[in-house]
Amino acid sequence: MDLEFLVASAIGAMTAAGVYLTLRGRTFAVVIGMTMLSYAINVFLVATGRLVINQPPVISDTATGYTDPLPQALVLTAIVISFGMTALIVVLALRAYLESGTDKVDFDETGASEAGSDGAGGRP
Amino acid sequence: MTLAWIVLLPFIGALLPGLLIRAGRDACALATGAVTLLALILLLTQAPAVFAGEVVEARWEWLPVLGLNVTFFVDGLGFFFAGLILTIGLLIIAYARYYLAAEDPMGEFYAYLLLFQGAMVGIVLSNNVLLLLIFWELTSLSSFLLIGYWKHLPEGRQGARMALAVTAMGGLAMIAGMLILGDIAGSYDITEILRHGDAIKASPLYLPALLLILAGCFTKSAQFPFHFWLPHAMAAPTPVSAYLHSATMVKAGLFLMARLWPVLAGTEAWFYIVATTGLVTMVIAAWIALFKDDLKGLLAHSTVSHLGLVTMLFGFGTPIAAVAGVFHILNHATFKCALFMTAGIVDHETGTRDARRLGGLAALMPITATIATVAGLSMAGIAPLNGFLSKEMMLEESAHTVWADNPWILPTLATLGAIFSAAYSFRYVFHVFFGRARDDYPHHPHDPSPGMYLPPSLLVGLVVAIGLVPALIAQPLIEVVAGAVVGGPLPALHLKLWHGVTPALGMSIIATAGGAFLLWRHDAFNRIRLALPRPEAKTMFDATVGGLAAAANVFTDGLHNGSLRRYLAFFFFATLTVGIAAFMSGEHAAGQRPPTPVSFVPLVGWLLLMGACLAIVLVHRNRLLTLIVMGVVGLIVSVGFIYLSAPDLALTQISVEVVSVILLLLALNFLPKETPVESSSLRRLRDAALAGISGVSVTGLIYLVMTRDFTSISAYHLAQSKPAGGGTNVVNVILVDFRGYDTFGEIIVLGIAALAIYALLDGALRGPAVKSLASWIPDQLRAKDRHPMMMVVATRAMLPLALVVGIYIFLRGHNQPGGGFIAGLVVGLAFLMQYMASGFGWAERRLRFDYHALIGWGVIAAGITGAAAWLAGRPFLTSDYGYVKLPFLEEFELATAMGFDLGVFLTVVGAVMVSLATLSRLARHTEAPISREPMDYSPAPPPRHEAAQERV
Repeated sequence: MDLEFLVASAIGAMTAAGVYLTLRGRTFAVVIGMTMLSYAINVFLVATGRLVINQPPVISDTATGYTDPLPQALVLTAIVISFGMTALIVVLALRAYLESGTDKVDFDETGASEAGSDGAGGRP
Repeated sequence: MTLAWIVLLPFIGALLPGLLIRAGRDACALATGAVTLLALILLLTQAPAVFAGEVVEARWEWLPVLGLNVTFFVDGLGFFFAGLILTIGLLIIAYARYYLAAEDPMGEFYAYLLLFQGAMVGIVLSNNVLLLLIFWELTSLSSFLLIGYWKHLPEGRQGARMALAVTAMGGLAMIAGMLILGDIAGSYDITEILRHGDAIKASPLYLPALLLILAGCFTKSAQFPFHFWLPHAMAAPTPVSAYLHSATMVKAGLFLMARLWPVLAGTEAWFYIVATTGLVTMVIAAWIALFKDDLKGLLAHSTVSHLGLVTMLFGFGTPIAAVAGVFHILNHATFKCALFMTAGIVDHETGTRDARRLGGLAALMPITATIATVAGLSMAGIAPLNGFLSKEMMLEESAHTVWADNPWILPTLATLGAIFSAAYSFRYVFHVFFGRARDDYPHHPHDPSPGMYLPPSLLVGLVVAIGLVPALIAQPLIEVVAGAVVGGPLPALHLKLWHGVTPALGMSIIATAGGAFLLWRHDAFNRIRLALPRPEAKTMFDATVGGLAAAANVFTDGLHNGSLRRYLAFFFFATLTVGIAAFMSGEHAAGQRPPTPVSFVPLVGWLLLMGACLAIVLVHRNRLLTLIVMGVVGLIVSVGFIYLSAPDLALTQISVEVVSVILLLLALNFLPKETPVESSSLRRLRDAALAGISGVSVTGLIYLVMTRDFTSISAYHLAQSKPAGGGTNVVNVILVDFRGYDTFGEIIVLGIAALAIYALLDGALRGPAVKSLASWIPDQLRAKDRHPMMMVVATRAMLPLALVVGIYIFLRGHNQPGGGFIAGLVVGLAFLMQYMASGFGWAERRLRFDYHALIGWGVIAAGITGAAAWLAGRPFLTSDYGYVKLPFLEEFELATAMGFDLGVFLTVVGAVMVSLATLSRLARHTEAPISREPMDYSPAPPPRHEAAQERV
C-alpha cells in the first residue's frame, strides 16, 4: 500500500459521503454533503500536483526541491470560495425554513402550496 | 465615416427626447427632428457620388475571425431607402408632435422612433449580412415597443406580441439562410456575395438558403400566409402605422429581396415562390381590405396587398419588372403614408375611424378631404397620379408573363387585384368624405392645425408631381436605384403617362370601372363575403401559441418537477455515465511514477478519515454529532495538507474550518436538531449505489493521475517568484501577482456571496419569518450562565494577541506561509470570539466597523493597486517591489502586491463578519434576552450608586 492509494481512497470516501448526503431530503444534510464534496474536490486538485513530502513551495537556499505551487494557489482560493458557498446555502436553507416552516428540500404537493403562499406573502 | 454617422446619429439621438421632454414637447420634437435632419443632410452629401454610379464604403474590423465586421456602403438602392426612411421620418416626427395627446409620454415615443429609425438605416446601409441581421432584429424589437406604445390597451400589447413573434421567427430563419449564403460566397460582405451570383444559384444549398431568407422577407413584409400580424399591429398610434407599416419596416423585406435580387432571382424556384406569393397576397388582401370598416384596418390590408404587388414584380425576375417594383415602392410610400396621416386626422377630429359612422366630411374638413382624395385616387391607380404609372407598369409586365404555360392566369388575377384595389380606394374616399353629412360624429370635426396637415400635403404634392412629370422628378432616381438592384445594364427607361393603346391600358380601364361597380354594389358583395368561409388568423395564431406554450409546460413540468433530489440524482448519474464512458476509452495501465512509502502517522490519519466518512453517513440524522464529525474530517484534511507540503492550504483550511463550524452552529440553533427518516429503503439503496460508484470512480481516476509523471508549467513560477514577484512564498506570489486577476475575481465573488447572505436574512426580518422567530422556543436546554466569565476574560485577553498574529501572518505572507486570505480569516475569528463570549449586544456596541464597507474597500484597494500599474505604463496588476529602510528596523522588502493582498484581507474580514453578524442578528428577533453586560455574573464590584445613575 502506498501513500497515493491512501490519498485516492480518502478522496473517494469523502466524495461518496458527500454524494450520499446531498441526495438526502433535508437541507442540513445537503449542506453537509456539499461541504464534504468541497473537501474531496480540494484534495483532488492538490493531488493533481502529485504527492510531495517535505518540499514546500517556499524558495530557500536549503530546499532540496519544490512541490508544484500552482494547484495549491488554485485550491487556496477554492477553499475560501467554498466557505462563501457553504455560508450562502446554509443561510438560504435557514431563510427557507423560517418562511415555510419546513426544511424539506423537495416540494411535495402540500409543502409546495404552503411554502408558495407563505413565500409570496413574505416579499416586502 | 459619414456613413457610420448616418447610422449612429439616430441611436445617439435617442437619448435626447427623454432628456429634453422636461424642456417641453416642442423642444423634444425639435431635437428629434434635428437629429433626423442632420442624418438626412449627411446622406445627401453622398448623393453626387451615388448618382455618378459610385459605391461609397466604410469599413471597421470587429470580429474578423467570424467574418463579422462593421462595414457600410451606399449605392443607389441604399441611398433610396435611407432617404425614404429619413424624409418620411422627418414628416412623421412633425405630425406626431400634434397627434400625441397631452397624457402620452412623448419623450418615450420619440426615443423609440429614433431607435427604430437607426435600425432601419442600419439595415439599408450595412455591407455585412451579419451586421444587417443585427439591425434587422433591432427593428423587430423597436417596432414591438412602438406598437405596444399605448400600454394600457390590450390590443396594443397583443398586437405588439404577435408582430414580434412572427417577424422575429422569420428573422431567425433568415439568419440561417444568410449564413448559408455567406458560406457559399466565402464572405459575409454583401458586395462580395453579389459577385458570386452564379456560384450561389448553382449550389445545392441554393434552395434551402432561398427558402430561409424568403421566410424572413415574407414575415417582415407581411406576405401571405404571414400577413395577419400587420392589421393587428394597427393598434399602434397612427404615426407609427404611417411610418413603420406603410413606408419603412414592412418594406425591409422588399429591400432585402431587391438587395439580393442579382444572386437569388432568375431561377424557376424564385419565380414560382416569390411571384405566386406576391400575387396571392395582392388579391386576397385587397379583397379583405374592401370590407374593412376600420379605416386603419382598410389601409393595413391595402398595404399588405401593395407589398404583394411589389413582391410579385420582383418575383418576375426581369430587369424591367424590378424597375416597376422599385418605382412602386416610392409611389406607395408617398400616397400610403399620406393616407395613414389623413386616417389619423379623421380619428383625431371625429373620435372614430369606423367608415360606417363617417361620411360627408368634405364640407367640414376640406383640406383633409382634398389630401385624402388625391392620395386615394393615386392608390386606385387613376391618371395622372403616380399610382397610375407604376400600376400600369405592373399590369404591362403581368400581361407578358406566362405562369405554368398559361398566358391568361397572371394578367387575369392581376386585373382582379387591381379591381379590388380601386374599389377599396374609392370606398376610403367616398364613404368617409363624400355623401351626406351626418350630425352624430362623436366630436365636432374640423380641419386640424397645420402641423398635422402639412406633412401629408407635402407627400400629396409629390404624388401629383411624380404623376405629371415622372421623367423629370423620378426617372434619374429610379434609374440609379434599379441599376443597383439589377446589378447590370438596364433596358431603356421611359417613365411617362401615355404609352399608346396597350394591353395595360385596357386592364386599367377594366380595373377602374370594376372598382366603381364593386363600390356601387358594396352591400351585395359584402353578403357574398359573409357567406364564404373566413378563417380568422388571430384565433389560429393564438391557438398555435397556446398549444406550443402548453407543450412547453408539459415538457418543463415533466423534467422540472421541483425535486432537487431528482435533479441531483440525474446529475450524478449523467456525470458518472459520461465520465465512465470517457474513462473506458483511455488506457489504464499502472503508472511509472515511484510510489511514496507510507509511514505510521499518515496511516492513522487515513483510518480516522475513513472512519469519519463512514460515521458522517451513519449519524447524519443527529445534526450536532454530524457537525462534530465534519470537524474531524476538516481537521484531518488540514493536517494532511501540512504533510503534503502545502502549509498555506493547511492554515487556510483550519481557519475556514473554525469559521464554518461556528456558522453552521449558529444556523443549527434555529433549525431542527434531528433529521427524520423519510426515504424508502429502495431510494437509500439507489443513493448509496450512486455514492459508492462515484467514490470508486474518483478514487480510480485520481490514483491513475497520481501514479503518472507529468510536466508542469510551475517551473516558470518557481523560477520567477523571487526575481519578478519579489517574494519567496510561491503560492502567495501566484495568488497576488501571476494570477492576480483570478484572485481579484474571487474576492469579488466572496464579497457578493456575503452581501447575498445579508440580503437574504435582512429580507427575512421583514417577512413572515419574523413571526416564526418571535414565537420561536429554544428546543434545547440553555446554560444559565450564557456568557461564562472564564471565556469572556480569555477572549478579551486574546484579542490583541490574535490581532497581532493576524498582522504577522499578513506581513510575512509574501515570503513565508500566510497572506491576506489567512490573515483575514484569523482576524475575523478574533472578532467573532468576542461575539461568542460576550454576546452580540455587547460586542456590537464596541466593534463599530461597517463590515459592508470593508468588503467594498477591499475590492477597491485591490483594484487600485492593480490599476496603479497603468501609471507606470504596464498592464493591469503588474507588480513591482523595492527595499525600504525604516529607523530601528532592518531593511525590508515592500512589494506593490502587498496593497493587493491588503484588499484580499479586507474583503475576507468583511465577508466573514457580514455572514456571521447577520446570522447572529436573527437571534435578536427572538424572545431571548439581549446581553448588555459582558458576562451574566460579573465578579467586578458593583458600581457606585451615582455612577449607575449617570449611566442611565
